[in-house]
Amino acid sequence: MTKDRATILETQALSARYGRIEALHAVDLDVGAGELVAVLGPNGAGKSTLLRSIMGLTDSSGTVRFEGEPLPRRDPVAVARRGVVLVPEGRGIFGPMTVAENLQLGAYLIGGRGPAFDQRLERVLTLFPRLKERLDQAAGSMSGGEQQMLAVGRALMAEPRLLMLDEPSLGLAPQVTAEILQTLASLNRGGLSVVLVEQKAPLALQIAARAYVVAGGTITARLDPREITSHDQLARYYFT
Amino acid sequence: MAGRLLALAPTACAVVLVGYAIVAGGYFVALAGFALIYAVFVTGLNIFMGYAGQASFGQNAFAAIGGYVSAVLTTTWDWPTLPALGLGVTGAVACAVLIGWPTLRLRGHYLAMATLAIGLIVYEITVQWQSVTQGYMGISGIPPLGVFGYEAASDRAQLVLLSIVAAACMGSAWLIRNSRFGRALVALSGSEDAARALGIDVTRYKLAAFVLSAGYAAVAGSLFVHVVGFVSPEIFGMNMVVLGFTMLYVGGIGTVTGPLVGAIVINMLPETIRELKDYQDLVYGAALIVILIYAPGGLASLGALWRRPAEPPKPEPRPPVPEVVEAHPSEARP
Repeated sequence: MTKDRATILETQALSARYGRIEALHAVDLDVGAGELVAVLGPNGAGKSTLLRSIMGLTDSSGTVRFEGEPLPRRDPVAVARRGVVLVPEGRGIFGPMTVAENLQLGAYLIGGRGPAFDQRLERVLTLFPRLKERLDQAAGSMSGGEQQMLAVGRALMAEPRLLMLDEPSLGLAPQVTAEILQTLASLNRGGLSVVLVEQKAPLALQIAARAYVVAGGTITARLDPREITSHDQLARYYFT
Repeated sequence: MAGRLLALAPTACAVVLVGYAIVAGGYFVALAGFALIYAVFVTGLNIFMGYAGQASFGQNAFAAIGGYVSAVLTTTWDWPTLPALGLGVTGAVACAVLIGWPTLRLRGHYLAMATLAIGLIVYEITVQWQSVTQGYMGISGIPPLGVFGYEAASDRAQLVLLSIVAAACMGSAWLIRNSRFGRALVALSGSEDAARALGIDVTRYKLAAFVLSAGYAAVAGSLFVHVVGFVSPEIFGMNMVVLGFTMLYVGGIGTVTGPLVGAIVINMLPETIRELKDYQDLVYGAALIVILIYAPGGLASLGALWRRPAEPPKPEPRPPVPEVVEAHPSEARP
């Protein structure tokens, strides 16, 4: 399996611990510019820790390079400023705030409202028309699918160069999951680099160009989705 | 419509009560005055606890700093009240920066305990530093409020001044909540990690909220000593913290008008049930429990309880079935 484009994100020997437990062990991963890479694996494999370590939300060792330059460790604000945006597991929506306020927070780093903000907002509302109808509604009162749309929309308000999503399908109906993933695929076709952590491997493999399988805190396989032909084959990667 | 009216009702009642006190005079003036001072104190607490979602049991420390600086400067050094209040607030804010910088790295119960310690330390200082604070004896003869040479000698004049200050504090709290800074505070109260991932400097914002709340507390402390004309350590004891918390939760934590509503209700409630003398504490406690059970968002959020969820928009014709459907991997790609 080869990657024929410039690397936008690269981790080398990335490890992370929670106290005595090593949640991530010497992970080497790379993502090409404009590529959608899936990170698969069972529950507790270390997938979320991987994203949190890249984002600087967890103590970690090793190297993370973004667009050729090292990303600061334990400084998520600096990482966000570089154009890396994480949609966390459970969406991270601010429930008491309105949809409009959540979207405003997505563009937090560009300051107040202005032409740049309006342009981004229009783009997000075109992508998710349902959010437009609910701008003044408390985000916490929306359905799970709408909240996930808001989470992705809020991330897009930051105009990321790399979008990382942690289990966007969690708790969603299959139809809604399909819509969300279809939107991600469409964004990726528009040139956005995406790292998609997902437990529903068959779905993720349909839109990913490459995939990593993480188990027990290490990468156990690097996959070309075209070569995966059966559930059994995929399961073997999970349990090796 | 009914929901909107109900939402406005507690605030409107609070404003009418203050207006009535100004007109009627007498004992109501003192009650309304204390309620407005507490409204300022609780507004600061609300910024730190309601907006930013942090816990502080030490706000009385900053009220004490504001109150004592004002008292000492006006009685010993004959400063006018406004500059004395200004220096008191500056001192409290400076202390909040010094204390908050290391303390706000703590979270949850640890932060609450650390702030509790701040309150106890300042209390001890006000007791022990007798050459300045006169210990338990306190400082008396503190002049009433005044602005630019005008002294609010009468109770009514003081109440008018307090109303202006309280309105300004609540207006500023509204501006803060609806600013980029305010949204960032609410975001970090929801999830610090999610806020960080959006580029919000959580540590700096927590400190800013802490410092702001200290400023409000210092203003309240200074107003208190000028209205009462006396200060002693007990005035800024733990009772102030407990009262502040009760007002915040009864009024509505996280809402702009909650502190005013809570301060007025908690100040007025003992008076309205005065006839039930022997059972006053029982009725008082029961009323608080009922409010917290049936209106957990506080009185200021009653309208939201009444309001029905908006009618969902009619569904648009569904787009064609997406290409991505859950399928066996073998069927996914040729």
